[in-house]
Formats: sequence, structure tokens, C-alpha cells
Amino acid sequence: MSTLNTGANIAGPDDFYAELLAAHDGLSKAESDAFNARLILLLANHIGDRQVLAQALQAARRRK
Amino acid sequence: MSKIFETPLYPYARSSDQDASVPVRHPVVVVGAGPIGLGAAIDLALHDIPVVVLDDNDKVSWGSRAVCYAKRPLEILDRLGCGEPMVNKGVEWKLGKVFFDERKVYDFNLLPEGGHRRPAFINLQQYHFEKAMVDRVRELQAQGKPIGLRGGNKAIAVEQRGDHVRIGVETPEGPYAIEADWLIACDGANSPIRAMLGLDFVGRVFEDNFLIADVVMEAKFPTERWFWFDPPFNRGQSALLHKQPDNVWRIDFQIGWDIDRQEELKPENIDRRLRAMLGQDIKYELEWRPIYTFQCRRMEKFHEGRVIFAGDAAHQVSPFGARGANSGLQDTDNLAWKLKLIIDGKAPAALLDSYDVERIHGADENILNSSRSTDFITPKSEASRLFRDAVLDLAEHFPATRPMVNSGRLSVPCTYDGSPLNGPDNAKMPKRTRAQASPMVDAPTANGFLLDRLPGRFHLLTINAEAPASLDVDGVTATRLALGPADDPDGFLKERYLGEAKSAVYLVRPDQHVAARWESHDDAAVRAALNTAVGRLA
Repeated sequence: MSTLNTGANIAGPDDFYAELLAAHDGLSKAESDAFNARLILLLANHIGDRQVLAQALQAARRRK
Repeated sequence: MSKIFETPLYPYARSSDQDASVPVRHPVVVVGAGPIGLGAAIDLALHDIPVVVLDDNDKVSWGSRAVCYAKRPLEILDRLGCGEPMVNKGVEWKLGKVFFDERKVYDFNLLPEGGHRRPAFINLQQYHFEKAMVDRVRELQAQGKPIGLRGGNKAIAVEQRGDHVRIGVETPEGPYAIEADWLIACDGANSPIRAMLGLDFVGRVFEDNFLIADVVMEAKFPTERWFWFDPPFNRGQSALLHKQPDNVWRIDFQIGWDIDRQEELKPENIDRRLRAMLGQDIKYELEWRPIYTFQCRRMEKFHEGRVIFAGDAAHQVSPFGARGANSGLQDTDNLAWKLKLIIDGKAPAALLDSYDVERIHGADENILNSSRSTDFITPKSEASRLFRDAVLDLAEHFPATRPMVNSGRLSVPCTYDGSPLNGPDNAKMPKRTRAQASPMVDAPTANGFLLDRLPGRFHLLTINAEAPASLDVDGVTATRLALGPADDPDGFLKERYLGEAKSAVYLVRPDQHVAARWESHDDAAVRAALNTAVGRLA
């Protein structure tokens, strides 16, 4: 069974975080929301595995 | 010029039943002469079961109404003997385009493979469709088949009486009563029969209105289904353009929940919408302009005592996906042969339970698909609109989200996984024709298309395999159709029926669904599967 990787997995985490925020620079709230939706769909498609996606949905639902 | 839907096709005529001293008993009475009621009646008449159809009207349906008919129902209509005039009259199509705002973001082909007699879809006004069925009824009557069609006969009362039903009928000359061993209610989404029996019909209401403008015009749009999300001419809503025969175009505008119906229906307001969409200088004639809302719901059971429900009377879906009339015809396709066996005493009455199991499976599949389409087309929350728009935006540039674009998942027949009628399967053979009552897939053979060679009774289809010419199990007969290498020059049978196997024996139900399959004939196994397929306990 495939498992969602919830360990730290991105090389250069500060760089990525900065890129993510930079992508939102100058966007209105509505544009940012639309950007995020497109990003989620592209990443979800890349993952493809429904089990992993289900685990990601579950993990994202956790608030505390 | 009077239109076909203004001409009485089955005007009221006095029947001898009205002068009988005691109510006359009929094996089957059908209430409702729409596509589903007529389909049920024609099917039963072809099985030589006497059937009487009652309808309070005497004409085909008013306006175009259901216009998209899918391949599987066309195959069923071929079996009923009225597919050809419909396909000849209808507009064939298989391509669709999806627009978002002003851009085309996606297109699709519904039948990307060859080897089928019938197209993916035809568009045909429901009045033409019903006319072809009424013509078929007349043709069967001329051949002496036991089928009656009584216009101006409104069912106003129904009473379950154990082994039969008594029906009160109102006519222009006063009321009378008849009885039926079985009553099939095909009286539409608002089914009066269902209401008279106090049966539930629950589900989900969608808070939206749609305006249909069926217009007659000379236009050069291609024969494709065009669907708009959020177009400039209908901001924030959707729209559909689709061609019907005789230069009639189906145009469907989503117009929202809080509307003034009378205002929206004014010709000048419809005119403004049409010109914004199609250009200021169009010339057209408005043929039909209803506003509709819809629900997705079904009955808990599709039969109760001696009353059986089919079509919209049993289940209702949104129009996206053309799953209304198309699924109703699959109901009667599923029902007729079972009722025939029960009436002939060759199957237990419990066989009817499998009608519920299989067609509720179908209805749930249709409701699921149609609800999802509706949620995509008319997003009801900020998040759902956000993702819907993101899917459409990305679809223009990347294949990634194109499969999620949902402007209607168009009707395809369902496979009855888990049906109690299913027999043994064979894993070497293709999944699409698995013995889970999959619908048979058409294929060309040396002597015509496969489905035309499997009409209305049990068949033993052999491909490169031996079997007896026919096989009888307590009055139920399966007739062999033998195919060999000469029948498959293009490999369709291999692709659709053999897979990795060298040979195959398929037990095919009268409704052309697969009951069981093996690599070679085993008499005991085939007999057991035939018993299972007619609901006889092992």
C-alpha cells in the first residue's frame, strides 16, 4: 500500500517556501484562491495514487 | 401547418371493456404511452403477452423534450423493431466541445472505436421518437400481435388485490374498470399511480432553473454538443447548444434560482438571450420554451405487489447526461423478458426482485453521475466554484484535468455487478464483457452485426467452440449462435469477447447482458447458469 510521505521531503525548504509565497505576490485574494486551486489539482494529478490522495485529504483535515 | 405533436395519433375510441358487466382481466396493463410505456408494451407484445396501454392524452409529447438517445437504447429499439426509422430521422453525433468564458477548453469523442452498428448518440425530438413507436404498435397490431393503445383513458384509481390489480379508468364517455395481472406504471416523474399507492419518491432537489429555447433556424454550427461554462452571453451560468432534425436547435440556458418565470418566458426576453448568444441578425422561429427545475430521486423499491414502476415514474435525474429516457428503456429491456417467464410459469415470481436489484443499481449509477455533473455545472459553494474554474482553466493547457471536466457524463449501459442472476466468469476474457451482466458489446460478424443476431431470448454464443444447437432447461431454451475465425477478420470479437482465451462460450440473456462465460461448453455448468439467470434456486 502506498503511503503519504509526511516526513520532510523537500530539499531547500526555505527556498521552496519563498517561491510559493512569491508566486502569490501581487495577486488579489480571489486570484490567490484560484492559483491555489490550480496548484492543488496539478499536484494531485502528479501524485495520481488515490490512496495517497485520500491520506493527504485526511491529513489536511487535521487542525491541531 | 399542424405539427406532429398537435395531431391526435391514438384518439379515444370506445373499447368493449367499457360495456362488460364485470371488469375484464388483462395479463398486463401499461399506464403511460411515452417512450417507456410504449417500449414496455412493444416488448411484451413481441413476446406474445397481451398488453393494453392507457394514456389520458391522445398525442405524442408536446415539444421536443428528451432529445438525446444513446447507443444502447438504440440497440434495444432495434430489437423492438423501431430503431431504424429513428436513426434515419435522427441527427448522429459523437463530438462535444466545452467552452469556458470565451475559450474552447476541451473536446471529446464519445465513440472513438469502430465495429458498432449504431452511433454513440442520435438527437431526435421526443415527438418523432414516440411517433416511430406508435407506428411500430400499429404495425404489430396489423400482424395480429396482442397490443392495444387507448387514448383518452386516464387511470384514476388503482387497487392491489393480491394476484391482480383493479384499475379505475376515466374516459370522455364515462368511467370503467379493468383488471390486470400486472400493471406497469410508466406515467412519468409525477406518477399518479405512485401517488395513489402512497409510495415514497425521495431525493435531492437542485435549486436552479433552466430555460429551454428550441428554435427552428438555418445555422451552420456543426453537429456537435457545445457546452459553455460562464459564457459572456450568460455570465456566471451555463448554456448548451445541440442540433435536432428539421433544423431545430436545442438551446438550454441556466438562469438561476430566484427568477420571475413569467418574465423569463416572454418572447422578447428569450429573443435578447438568443441574439446575445448567436448574433444580432439571426432569423429563427421559437418552437418550444419551457423552464424546468429538476430533482435526483428514486423509489425505494421498483415494484410493489402487482404494480411495477419503470422510467421517470421510478427514478428521476437531471437532464445532464441524457440518462432519463435512455435509462427508462433499459428498465423495460430488463423487465419484459422476466415478466414473460413469470407469466408463463417458467420462473418464480421472485425473478422480479432481480428487476429491482439491477435497475436500482442502474438508477443509483445514473443519480450519482447526474448529481456530480450538476454539482460541476452549477457549483453551489465558493470552494466548488473555485475548483470547477481551476479544472476548466487547466484543461485548456494540460490533459491533467480534462477527465474532470463534467458537462454531463453521457448515458452508457450499466454492468450489474453482484446481481443474483450472474453465473461463472472467466478471468482470461475482457473485463468489459464480464459475466456480471455486462451489456454485450456490438461487433461486426460475417452475417451482420452481433447484437442483431441475439434477439430477445437466451443465446449460447460460441466463438471457436462447440455446443449443442439448443439447450432446454425446464422450458427455458438457449439457442446457439456459432461464430468462428471467419466472423472476426478485424479482431473485434477477440478484443471484446476472447481476450487471452482461444475460445469462448457466452450465455447471453434476452436483454443482451452476459449471464455467464466459459472457455468451452460444459453442459452441467451451462444448465446451472441458465437456472440461476432465471432466478430459480439451485
